[in-house]
Amino acid sequence: MRTDVASNTIALLGRSLRHILRSPDTIITTALTPIAMLSLFVYVLGGAIRTGSGRYVDYLLPGILLITIASGIAYTALRLFTDVSTGIFERLQSMPIARSALLWGHVLTSLVANLISLVLVVLVALLMGFRSGAGLLAWLAVLGILVLFTLALTWLAVIPGLTAKSVDGAGAFSYPLVFLPFISSAFVPTSGMPGPVRWFAEHQPVTSIVNTIRDLYAEQPVGNNGWIAIAWCAGTLLVAYTLAMHTYHRKIS
Amino acid sequence: MTTETAIEVVGLTKSYSDNAVLRGVDLSVPAGSIFALLGSNGAGKTTIVRILSTLLKADDGTATVNGCDVATNSAEVRRSISLTGQFAAVDEILTGRENLALIARLRRLKDREAIADDLLAQFDLTDAASRRVATYSGGMRRRLDIAMSLIGNPPVLFLDEPTTGLDPQARLEVWATVRELAGHGTTVLLTTQYLDEAEQLADRIAILHQGRIIADGTLAELGKLLPPAKVEYVEKQPTLEEIFLMIVGHDDRRAVGSKS
Repeated sequence: MRTDVASNTIALLGRSLRHILRSPDTIITTALTPIAMLSLFVYVLGGAIRTGSGRYVDYLLPGILLITIASGIAYTALRLFTDVSTGIFERLQSMPIARSALLWGHVLTSLVANLISLVLVVLVALLMGFRSGAGLLAWLAVLGILVLFTLALTWLAVIPGLTAKSVDGAGAFSYPLVFLPFISSAFVPTSGMPGPVRWFAEHQPVTSIVNTIRDLYAEQPVGNNGWIAIAWCAGTLLVAYTLAMHTYHRKIS
Repeated sequence: MTTETAIEVVGLTKSYSDNAVLRGVDLSVPAGSIFALLGSNGAGKTTIVRILSTLLKADDGTATVNGCDVATNSAEVRRSISLTGQFAAVDEILTGRENLALIARLRRLKDREAIADDLLAQFDLTDAASRRVATYSGGMRRRLDIAMSLIGNPPVLFLDEPTTGLDPQARLEVWATVRELAGHGTTVLLTTQYLDEAEQLADRIAILHQGRIIADGTLAELGKLLPPAKVEYVEKQPTLEEIFLMIVGHDDRRAVGSKS
């Protein structure tokens, strides 16, 4: 049965990667908005933002990477919704294949597509002057956190993908996720925010994740933030996966 | 016709909250036959097909397909069936050949290209094989859809309203395909709201009305349900349409809109 899951998942991963290859706009759109935001903040607004001694693009990039992922996972919901609404979901569920392979195929597709978008965004940031002396281990740590974050949000996206009644509904859930970084340390330091906003900003997941990636890039000790970031990502992943599986089992029974 | 039974349904019930869609359905489909489930929109046809293809659990009653219980042995049932749903479940971004190859790959078959080529030829899609399905007509999509269902030669085929939304020509093509399949021994359970479709294709016809089978038999047997007096004055066989309307009465509007 295990080999079935792997073989079926790979077949379905191949299918949706082919979708991406044929309509690369999903990756380009995913990368375009964060790149536009990066430009806006680095070249227009960034001059007025005081973040300390370093380059603003260095300060900004970690938050932009999270925004990239938050907008990229909306496509997972859309692809899944399309499969449900066209009947492909039911066709696959009535076949003698590993039933969870369809979900895993979409989740792995999201991972691949988001990683490509992230590479594009980092390349543009490099052109804008982003520099990091981080070694291989630090880059791997950044990659690890981003993969964990992507998986957590992707499993979250599975839920509207399975339950949405319309295309708009399937995509809409990601808007709050895209805006969450604005009320965090992603764009400006939290120290300038008024009391309650500051409290929220300092205790929501984006800030700890952003600070961790920022410290890794700046070759600074990560400290407690690293563990808090991992706990947020792993916790969200666990809850999202459980809820998604629950939704899925309710749908197929 | 053989005496073996491919599908056996006893006392099947299903409700959505307080809307009883199936109120005790009994069916028996002989192996190798074409069985038509006839009913208006909302009669519960799709619900039966979804239960038989292990997509939905019944509230009560039993259903077996090829000797396996759909509730307790669903994995085994999925090995012997194929479902063609109400809408052509094809991948629009892939080509026709890629759609077929994907299903063959999921079923872990060898010679995927040969399987795809054979089916493309059989369903007259060879010329369109390398085009994206998004460019296909409704009839071509449905043909591809049915072709995808045949991969792996499942002995039992469910066709849920296979010709709804098709033009007359495409409809005739689907009919020809279904007849050919039954000729090779495949058991076909099809649902339809078109009376002539049941009349043309089916060995046996069951009429589903408001969640119950209210008539079940061959066309000739159903014909006997009409009062014989009518035959004396009208020198033609009653059409199935007349039979249908006679036995369901005129209160079938109530069921409309509760389709699952």
